[in-house]
Amino acid sequence: MTSLPEPSAIKLGLVIDLDICVGCQACVVNCKEWNTSGYGAPLSDSDAYGAQPNGAWLNRVHAFEAGTGADAKVVHFPKSCLHCEDAPCVTVCPTGASFKRSEDGIVLVNEDWCIGCGLCAWSCPYGAREMDPAEGVMKKCTLCVDRIYNENLPSEDQVPACVRTCPTNARHYGDLGDPNSEVSLLVAARGGVDLMPEQNTKPVNKYLPPRPRRAANDTPMSLLAMADEATPSGFWKWVDSTLEKLG
Amino acid sequence: MRPAWSIIFFTSISGLGFGLAAWVVLGFIDLVQPQQIFGVGSLVMLLIGAGLLSSTLHLGHPERAWRALSQWRSSWLSREGVLAVLAMLALAGWGWHLFAIGTPPLWANIAAALLMAVTVYATSMIYASLKTVARWHHPLTPICYLMFAAAGGLLAVLWLQAILGQGQSDAFELAVLLALASAWGVKLVWWQIAGANGSGSTLASATGLAGLGEVRSIMPPHTSENYLQHEMGFVIARKHASRLRLIALGLGGGLPCLLVILYGGSAMGIGLALLVHMAGVFVERWLFFAEAKHTVSIYYGHQH
Repeated sequence: MTSLPEPSAIKLGLVIDLDICVGCQACVVNCKEWNTSGYGAPLSDSDAYGAQPNGAWLNRVHAFEAGTGADAKVVHFPKSCLHCEDAPCVTVCPTGASFKRSEDGIVLVNEDWCIGCGLCAWSCPYGAREMDPAEGVMKKCTLCVDRIYNENLPSEDQVPACVRTCPTNARHYGDLGDPNSEVSLLVAARGGVDLMPEQNTKPVNKYLPPRPRRAANDTPMSLLAMADEATPSGFWKWVDSTLEKLG
Repeated sequence: MRPAWSIIFFTSISGLGFGLAAWVVLGFIDLVQPQQIFGVGSLVMLLIGAGLLSSTLHLGHPERAWRALSQWRSSWLSREGVLAVLAMLALAGWGWHLFAIGTPPLWANIAAALLMAVTVYATSMIYASLKTVARWHHPLTPICYLMFAAAGGLLAVLWLQAILGQGQSDAFELAVLLALASAWGVKLVWWQIAGANGSGSTLASATGLAGLGEVRSIMPPHTSENYLQHEMGFVIARKHASRLRLIALGLGGGLPCLLVILYGGSAMGIGLALLVHMAGVFVERWLFFAEAKHTVSIYYGHQH
């Protein structure tokens, strides 16, 4: 049934820290690596080493620049399914293949039922779904449902592949339905936001905006200024005065 | 949005079929002899069926298309499928009744015509229900689809009347002209106002970076076109939009009206009018997709 379930108490999702992400693409690659051999059909590529490589990916990192002049800031921006509470991709599905789990809120595609009409991708404001070019079924982030509940894996690996691999710890995984979970506290502390809140999709995933830049008078003096104005002491004072005597 | 030929053909041809069917069941063509019932019935079924069949061509798994009939509670695409099947069954039943028993009762005719209209409405709602495409998400979108189905259907009725040698009144000809004119009138308004204010989303709201000031895209996440851009980032038409709109209006509205006025009595003349009208509707439908912008293009730096 592609009607949405009652909102679940547990809302598993990601929190992405835009202050920390360096845009290394490791999460993108590890996502592809895990999911090409995990849930559902492989994530195919065409012309992978040619002039027009194409393929299905579940996680993509954009780069934006925000602000102007000296305050301009480059923000690396990973984007994957936000596992929305009011997921339009679920209700538009004509077959029941696209569904939201009532137990933890993960949005999944039953690939055996998917007819590949693409309407769910059209209904997603974020572009979180991509049709697999070889299999003709819709692919999307599964929140690594085959890792997070997999008791055959060591406990540190029972998190989504993108979270496990992030070298800067910019990606966090947890229950956003629990106000006292680590991720919820992080969102509260850093003022985490929804993407496109005006689309009324109620995303579970949250994004932490970059921390404000330090004020101008707080920034370290330039090295040149130090060289000209600073008065050395100790050993350097002796070097300084000796050099001056040399003329 | 990418204008897929299968979808353009589906919405135009099945729209014409449902429009024609509605006027037929309301008794606008005298169907007396069995070959008339069979001939007109086959034409209607062919138009509707060809459209529906075409709609399955763009699927990744057409062999599973039957599954699309299951989610009518939430999905307009599913509703459209269910209603189309019901409409075809109702038409078959209506034709059988006419053939075997006689003219069906008035309530059945009205109910069947309403079923055709609701099916066209469901087709339009597949698109109009998508909040992500501001141009489609407008109350006039279903009106456009319904008006074009009705106008095209009336023109087809006029053509069939001429072929069957049935008397055509000037009043009916005038009704056809009015239907064509008002369909294009609504379309002109739709072109002006639908989605004019965008989706309400901006790169600032899409990234949550509003607090930092103006946001610009500096690097896409991939080096060549991906599925999202192929499917939802279509931009070719926007360059020629105004010219293509004129062509659509001329072929779909102006020329057919002229042909009906000049050659109203001839099956050949009206047949030609119907052909150019459909050519115009194809262009209109192509623009419907090609001109529409999706919110995902915001992430790729397009203004919305």
